Amino acid sequence: MRERLELLKKEAEAAIEAAKGLEQLRDVKVKYLGKKGELTTVLRGMKDLSAEDRPVIGGLANEVRTGLEKKLTEKEEELREAALDARLEAEAIDVTLAARPQPLGGIHPIAAVVEQIEDIFTGMGFEVAEGPEVETDQYNFEALNLPQDHPARDMQDSFYITPEILLRTHTSPVQVRTMEAKEGQVPVKIICPGKVYRRDDDDATHSHQFYQVEGLVVDRGIAMSELHGILATFAEKIFGMALETRLRPSYFPFTEPSVEMDITCIKCSGKGCRMCKQTGWIEILGAGMVHPRVLEGAGYDSERYTGFAFGMGPDRIALLKYGIDDIRHLYTNDLKFLRQFQSV
Amino acid sequence: MLVSYRWLQQYVDLKDVTPAQLAEALTRGGIEVDVIENRDGGVEKVIVGYVASVEPHPDAEKLRVCSIDAGDEERLQIVCGAANVAQGQKVPVAIHGAKLPGGVKIKKSKLRGISSQGMVCSAKELGLPEKLLSKEQQEGILVLPEDVAVGTDVKEILGLNDHVLELDLTPNRSDCLSMIGVAYEVAALLDREVNLPEGIEEGSAGAEKSLDIVLDAEEDCPFYAARVIEGLQLAPSPQWLQNILLAAGIRPINNIVDVTNYVMLETGQPLHAFDYDQVTDGEIVVRRAHPGEQVVTLDGVTRACDEETLLITDGTRPIGIAGVMGGADSEVTVATTTILLESAYFAPPSVRRTGRKLGLRSEASSRFEKGVDPERIVPALNRAVQLFGELASGRPASEVKTESLGGINDVTVTLRHERLIAVLGVQIPEEAVCDIFRRLRFPMEKGDGVYRVQVPSRRPDISIEVDLIEEVARLYGYHRIPTTLPWGQQSPGALTEEQQIRRIIRRTLRTAGLFEVLNYSLTSPARLSELEAPLVKEYRPIRLNMPMSDERKVLRTSLIPQLIETAEYNIHRRESGVALFELGKIYLSDEKKLTQLPQEKWELAGLITGETVAKHWDQEAKKPDFFSVKGLLEHLFIRLGVENVTMRGARYQGWHPGRTAEVLLDGEPIGLLGQLHPRVAEAHDLDETYVFQVLVAPLIAKIDGIIPMARPLPKFPAVSRDLALVVKEDIPVALLEETIREVGGALLESVTLFDVFTGAQIGEGKKNVAYALSYRAEERTLTDEEVNVLHSKIVNQLGDRFGAMLRQ
Ligand SMILES: [Zn+2]
Repeated sequence: MRERLELLKKEAEAAIEAAKGLEQLRDVKVKYLGKKGELTTVLRGMKDLSAEDRPVIGGLANEVRTGLEKKLTEKEEELREAALDARLEAEAIDVTLAARPQPLGGIHPIAAVVEQIEDIFTGMGFEVAEGPEVETDQYNFEALNLPQDHPARDMQDSFYITPEILLRTHTSPVQVRTMEAKEGQVPVKIICPGKVYRRDDDDATHSHQFYQVEGLVVDRGIAMSELHGILATFAEKIFGMALETRLRPSYFPFTEPSVEMDITCIKCSGKGCRMCKQTGWIEILGAGMVHPRVLEGAGYDSERYTGFAFGMGPDRIALLKYGIDDIRHLYTNDLKFLRQFQSV
Repeated sequence: MLVSYRWLQQYVDLKDVTPAQLAEALTRGGIEVDVIENRDGGVEKVIVGYVASVEPHPDAEKLRVCSIDAGDEERLQIVCGAANVAQGQKVPVAIHGAKLPGGVKIKKSKLRGISSQGMVCSAKELGLPEKLLSKEQQEGILVLPEDVAVGTDVKEILGLNDHVLELDLTPNRSDCLSMIGVAYEVAALLDREVNLPEGIEEGSAGAEKSLDIVLDAEEDCPFYAARVIEGLQLAPSPQWLQNILLAAGIRPINNIVDVTNYVMLETGQPLHAFDYDQVTDGEIVVRRAHPGEQVVTLDGVTRACDEETLLITDGTRPIGIAGVMGGADSEVTVATTTILLESAYFAPPSVRRTGRKLGLRSEASSRFEKGVDPERIVPALNRAVQLFGELASGRPASEVKTESLGGINDVTVTLRHERLIAVLGVQIPEEAVCDIFRRLRFPMEKGDGVYRVQVPSRRPDISIEVDLIEEVARLYGYHRIPTTLPWGQQSPGALTEEQQIRRIIRRTLRTAGLFEVLNYSLTSPARLSELEAPLVKEYRPIRLNMPMSDERKVLRTSLIPQLIETAEYNIHRRESGVALFELGKIYLSDEKKLTQLPQEKWELAGLITGETVAKHWDQEAKKPDFFSVKGLLEHLFIRLGVENVTMRGARYQGWHPGRTAEVLLDGEPIGLLGQLHPRVAEAHDLDETYVFQVLVAPLIAKIDGIIPMARPLPKFPAVSRDLALVVKEDIPVALLEETIREVGGALLESVTLFDVFTGAQIGEGKKNVAYALSYRAEERTLTDEEVNVLHSKIVNQLGDRFGAMLRQ
């Protein structure tokens, strides 16, 4: 009986080894270990054994069964692995084939610049104020020290709806509206982004509609050096580089002293190029100390409080920052153009 | 303002200052120099030649062969095509090796077989501005004055060795609309002296012509000066004067007109010369026009006046419109020998109004509009008298007559040193401030910490303390203002909730594949009426008073029309699909004529058309349909946390009658979603197109303050049941779902539609809808029994309300 068991073990092991697939392996299992399998057949002869031999042979039979089961499991694992490998090989694809396109929109470059400006200024403690685009002559001009016959009204020919109501020509009226709403409280620290309108023919550098961001700070002891400080900080952040700034005297009816701020040309770093007309400088915004008449008109004592205001054009900043050569691109909404800013 | 660098040197010393340095100093001081133009334009080796003889060209009818003496022993033979070349002329000759503007090089050559050793030049060829030249000068070669020396560099004679600075003056600096004004500015910036020109004040020697002035227009004309000049001989101006006018962009005409222009450029005071013989009794009456009064102006046009028009009359009839244009009757002509020369102050509002009404603007009116210097009115007159004497043999035939209403007020402004420091944020020593006022030539008296400054009349822009602070800052140098950051009370700074929500909306749509666009607020009424916008139907678009074009005539009341335009633009540029959105304002008013500001409402609008996902090598292109766009909006509402949005079929003009839905929030319409009517789409070359528009305010009101709260995850299992129903085809599934939810109550967790179909097996006019229902209780496991009871209740209700039958 021992010999038969040994022989059976050898045969079975050879059959397992030779199995060429899970199917065959299962057949082997049935043949040797199944209910009607050969091991069972051998064990049926146990009843003829002596009482001493029975436990010994029984133990041996168990050993053979365990051994074969282990071999079967190992072989099964091996075959499964091989089958999976084969399937995966068969599934191989050319990974360099084109991707299936996923829809992805994009931000408009002006909107992107406006958000950047908002984020920089809110980071410096500014709130974002808003005001109407259809404005009264009073807020758009009169309250900003631009009375009816003021020569500066020429600078910005406007779209009137009635003699008293027009499309705002700048975001500056929001200065006055904000101050009035604050009723003399300080500090006032706001920016106001929005659309403005002027009677210009649309060409490479003009648009009858464009964006402006107005800014206003009013508090005790605000000096022009702070105007310079805030705006220099802003300039470096919006262009993401270290820059020099230069203030030049200018004129706005609602600020005095008025300034224009230049930055070192971002294209040539100040060496002089076509973009900066060889000067090394580019103008990016206008600003100034709030005119006492504007403060007084909005209910702030101009002896106690001073402030500064500024205005900049997100359109212009977008042109500079992204190297856009024609402002009309910003309002044509050509997808071939807009797609260039998907990573903004 | 165009400033000749050479001319400016007559008034201020610029020996050690280059044009570029001058421009830099001006710009730094607040007067921006736009362009520095080198007047010679690269001209080289063009000299004065004497035309010794002119012969016809043997082989060309229009060419002439000139023999020219250009200073060398040998004469030059030059072939010339100009008709006006003649023996005895002095002309500019570009000799071999000469250069002309634009990089043109002149070499010896042959013209129709005759050798030519250079070229006789026209004014245009030398770079003189064509529009300022006389007709002869435009058509032929430039004939130089007889007294110029042969061989002299032509640049010297034409004043081309010069640079012109183009000043971009801000409206407050009208004082720099004159050479003297610029000289004061430059003198202050560079700390130099100002040399003022002289004039002739002395009276007339001999016969006195009568001259009378009556001012009858109050503040429109508070000051008027005039003088009669006789013996004038009309002639072309000398070359130096013509050169100066050309550099300033003014066309030389004759010595009388040119002198008035020269004096205007020099002093900033416009002068006007009337033919004295046309002024009845030498009387000037300044008054406002009578209603309906007419004047024929210099240009021959009959101008209708109104009560605001300020006229110069001779007591009987108008002879000019004050400050704007002279009358044709009193114009200086070749026959004129005596003039009445006017120098006056016309109030800026009056000149501006009249100029605008008549559509007239000139060098003179633009100076009056900004306010001339009252203290320079008489000196300008005197200066002109001097020049008329030198250049036109004129002599004064009357005293200087002046008439004024009230005097000129002295302006004294006090500046506190402490305030100066506080506003600028930089320590400027008191001596430095005193020095700045000295350089500005502002008489100043220094007190204890204060400066009492007398402001000259040439600087009307200075009237309060802060004006002086700006003057000091300008001359001290803005570049010396340091950078500091505010140290006062800090403020948090953030976007408002509404601003944040608008950003979330835009970001969500971008992520969903839509491109953000920005369109104009102004559009055309025709565009807006292409499709109905029911939420704003009671509003008519607000019209501009004077639109620039029909395309930009009204303020938009819907964003969709321009999205259609944008889509069309892109489809025409070979885009196969377009997905766009805009978050922008619409402008609404129910007034016919605005008396109040309109409502400005934020609207979200989108458009999707064509192949938005291009064909892939193993997948067909994707096009939008109603449900994909509906899904997009629902996606947005989930992102915003806005619940209870439903849709209801709707029919509106311009929209597909069977594929359009109103978007309802809590049952109230807030927008529209649907397919663009194919006829509208076709008109714009668009394929099947879906659009939507939603008002933002109701969403924001709904979101207001909502913070999502966490709920416990389910502890007990759900029970699923399918529900297949047959109902009439025209019953919207939303109604079925409403009933299912209502009856299912708290135990019904979800209702998911998983199939809808029609067909013969269902029956005519019927549809099959299949739902997967999920039931779950929060605190216990539901029994089959319970679920069965509830489920049958639902089925029964659906049967009762809609005749729905369970599908077997
Ligand atoms: Zn540059």
